[in-house]
Amino acid sequence: MEATRVRITVNGVEHVRLVPSTMTLLEFLREDLQLTGAKEGCGKGECGACTVLLDGEPVASCLVLAAQCSGRSVTTVEGLAPPEEGRLHHVQQAFIDHGAVQCGFCTPGMVMSAVALLEQNPLPTRDEIRVAISGNLCRCTGYQSIVEAIYDASRRSAKAERAEKAEQLSGEPR
Amino acid sequence: MAAERVKRARYVGAPAQRVDGFDKVTGRAVFGADMSAPNMLWGQVVRSQHPHALIRAIDASAALACDGVAAVLTASDVPGDIRFGVVVPHQPVLCSDRVRYMGDGVALVLAETREQAAEAARLVKADYQPLPAVFDVEEAMRDGAPLIHDDYPGNVVVHHRVRKGDVEAGFAQADLILERDYATQLVEHAYIEPEAVLALPGRGGGVEVYGSIQNPFSCRRAVARVLGLPLAKVRIVQCDMGGSFGGKDEVMSAMSARAALGALLTSRPVKMVNTREESLVESYKRHPYRMHYKVGVTREGRITAMEIRMVADAGAYASQSPFVTWRSTVQATGPYEVPAVKTDILAAFTNNTYTGAMRGFGAPQAVFANESLMDEIALELGIDPVDVRRLNGYRQGSVTATGHKLDEHTVSLMEVIDRATEAAGWREKRQRLPLENRGKTIVRGIGMACSFRGCSLGAEGVDATGAIVSVQTDGSVIVSTGLAENGQGLRTIFSQIAAEELGVDIGRIVFLPCDTSGVPDGGPTVASRSTIMGGNAVRDAARKARRALEDAVAQELGVSSEEIEAGFEEFSAIGDRTLRVGFDQAVAMAWNQARLMASFGWHQAPKVNWDEHVGQGKAYFTYVYGCQVAEVAVDTATGQVRVERLTAAHDVGRAVNPQAVQGQFYGGMAMGLGYGLLEEVELKKGATRTKNFDQYLIPTAMDVPEMIPIVVENHDPYGAYGAKTIGEPTCEITAAAIANAVAHAVGCRVRELPLDMERVLLGECLRVARGERGSERP
Repeated sequence: MEATRVRITVNGVEHVRLVPSTMTLLEFLREDLQLTGAKEGCGKGECGACTVLLDGEPVASCLVLAAQCSGRSVTTVEGLAPPEEGRLHHVQQAFIDHGAVQCGFCTPGMVMSAVALLEQNPLPTRDEIRVAISGNLCRCTGYQSIVEAIYDASRRSAKAERAEKAEQLSGEPR
Repeated sequence: MAAERVKRARYVGAPAQRVDGFDKVTGRAVFGADMSAPNMLWGQVVRSQHPHALIRAIDASAALACDGVAAVLTASDVPGDIRFGVVVPHQPVLCSDRVRYMGDGVALVLAETREQAAEAARLVKADYQPLPAVFDVEEAMRDGAPLIHDDYPGNVVVHHRVRKGDVEAGFAQADLILERDYATQLVEHAYIEPEAVLALPGRGGGVEVYGSIQNPFSCRRAVARVLGLPLAKVRIVQCDMGGSFGGKDEVMSAMSARAALGALLTSRPVKMVNTREESLVESYKRHPYRMHYKVGVTREGRITAMEIRMVADAGAYASQSPFVTWRSTVQATGPYEVPAVKTDILAAFTNNTYTGAMRGFGAPQAVFANESLMDEIALELGIDPVDVRRLNGYRQGSVTATGHKLDEHTVSLMEVIDRATEAAGWREKRQRLPLENRGKTIVRGIGMACSFRGCSLGAEGVDATGAIVSVQTDGSVIVSTGLAENGQGLRTIFSQIAAEELGVDIGRIVFLPCDTSGVPDGGPTVASRSTIMGGNAVRDAARKARRALEDAVAQELGVSSEEIEAGFEEFSAIGDRTLRVGFDQAVAMAWNQARLMASFGWHQAPKVNWDEHVGQGKAYFTYVYGCQVAEVAVDTATGQVRVERLTAAHDVGRAVNPQAVQGQFYGGMAMGLGYGLLEEVELKKGATRTKNFDQYLIPTAMDVPEMIPIVVENHDPYGAYGAKTIGEPTCEITAAAIANAVAHAVGCRVRELPLDMERVLLGECLRVARGERGSERP
């Protein structure tokens, strides 16, 4: 089988590996790096359970070849809240607070889509949230708690940013 | 007793956060496909190429010659019985001589990598002699139809009957008689996690299987039977479950048995993971039903008699068909007083994908029919749909069609109807919308539906379950139960109950995965029985553990146990608050006194009974009631239906965790919406044509509207803290409410599901020939 040398940065750590040219990014993450947070639900980009950020953009990692990712940067759900920081990303925390998690299988992909949305649109409407997660299937929650969680996370983070800016303006050390 | 004096409600009734939430939002939760073991093989099933055929021979030589292939196993390698089944043990894990549907497995390839196993599986050559096949239930029951199982004449799996009162006399009293036919489709659970297991060779010639297994004990029976092992040598441990909805039972028994067979014969771990396509082909589905209703009503709208015939397509194996159709039998008339009832419900074998348990379990089909019928009665008589239901609906002391007097719990049908319709603004919208629709392309409608539903297993069979609460020497607490977490939140609810009864912070509780070797068989996690049954078992166990601690504290303080009061995180002597002992201290006292701090709880359901000849008896020990209102917009140019709002009122007995209850409302309604509008597994001569989520459409975030949950609480004397059931009721009425709303909007009725664009616009399905839905002739 043909192999390709790749240099991929995953959650801030650079990995140089020889991978089969047919290997998907999802397989690379799950099998080579044992990062099993991203899930395979359909294998053809329909369910969104494998969503990760590639250079900040949400992608279905089952449709991306690992070889395409050389020189690029990948963020998975494991990279959102590194264990050493002992703190969850505000989207993750909001998912817990709002009961947006049931079986949890779609959750990593859903969280990544939400994080990507809030990067581009920090104060989305509920309708904009529904559009942004329409590529992530969930069979348990009926999406309502997920939409509320993302909405709440966006408002919480906007508030935190305003507070941070105010702090910077006032010149006080943090 | 000190126990009875305890009055706390710190966790029960509070919106406790999910105990598994952290693991799930961080990607740490371990699902079946996340498991691996050193030196493991991958298993790949070779499935049938025909819907019905004899197997003449299987040639694995080409597959065995492939790189990385360790073995190719067939039925002849099975040491025990190749067949398993929850009700009828006749489903082969690997077929020896005959295949009955396209999902049947004929061989198992074991190889070093998943790709090698898949590649080699394509080279396994089975030589088939095709047999005549049947794909239509009515055809299957005709004389001369091919027999799917030789011991089932006429292909009839089961025939349930209800005989109550004089139906002919009832029709004679009626001013109006309606006869209507309704049909529902084949649908898939569509859990987002495809099936996955990892089997390991165990000690002493046994096996261990980890995976996405809804009912570990049913799975264990199947694996033990296939391998010829005693139950004690088969250990099934549930992983985090990526959804199940009734769907990871038999399909997981088969997968587990195959992987375990591989592990046993190769002495290596074996991992198996289905692709979505494999899952859609092999896994069982929700039964398609054809339903004929004849109803007699007086001019005022009172029902005088009902005659019902339903036929369910069981597909190739019995699975849960006898029980699914039994539940339909109890619910067939809906929650209405009907003096004379004649019901016949059959399930028939075909060569279609087999059908089994799915959230709602024989109710959504019946509810779609009887609730459509109620609206048709209302329309014929010019009565508001709410009024026709209020006139006939169950009240305190009503007797069901199956002869059960409802007087042991609060019969809250009227309450849920009133709460849902008032919240939705029923009366005003029902009158206003038709006026506003005139001359418009997009028309709006409002519809409602309601149901009653028996809780837990009822007269299906043995209904008991257990729990272990083990207080550790440092004050942490391990809880395990025979019921399993399928995503619904069982771990959290049971942790809340254990914390409540022990009087401790919920942070002390560690809930173990369901392990068949660690806890006694507590029956399956089905029938929305977790909280009502398992909740009582956890409560029982935790109470016993607390009493051991109370005894220890009493001995230490030199008072009697009756004088000890348990508070939050502490025990104290009644009347003397200076004599207080913290929980950790009490644990140390009990340990020093050599007391047992672990306890076992067991809960048996109250007695029920059933006379199958006339279909009369106490079918379930209690029931829940629910009502939903759907508001829709229909594009009359395209037939597209958009649901704009759903309002649901359900009596849950008591919401142990309001947030989890809401989650069941939302999820159930969304699944019901998919059933009503979008979902249909298409089979052509037994072959699955909807192969993945690009063809099998489940609701996305853009399809699901605003949902308004109304939690009604009438504590049930048999429930844990009064709690009853919510998982399935929310799912079973939505499609019917949507269908009624569409009829209100467009002024004509679609009597088959789903209400997709072609059925709404043209009144027929273009993809599956009319009258042959869910099946086609060979």
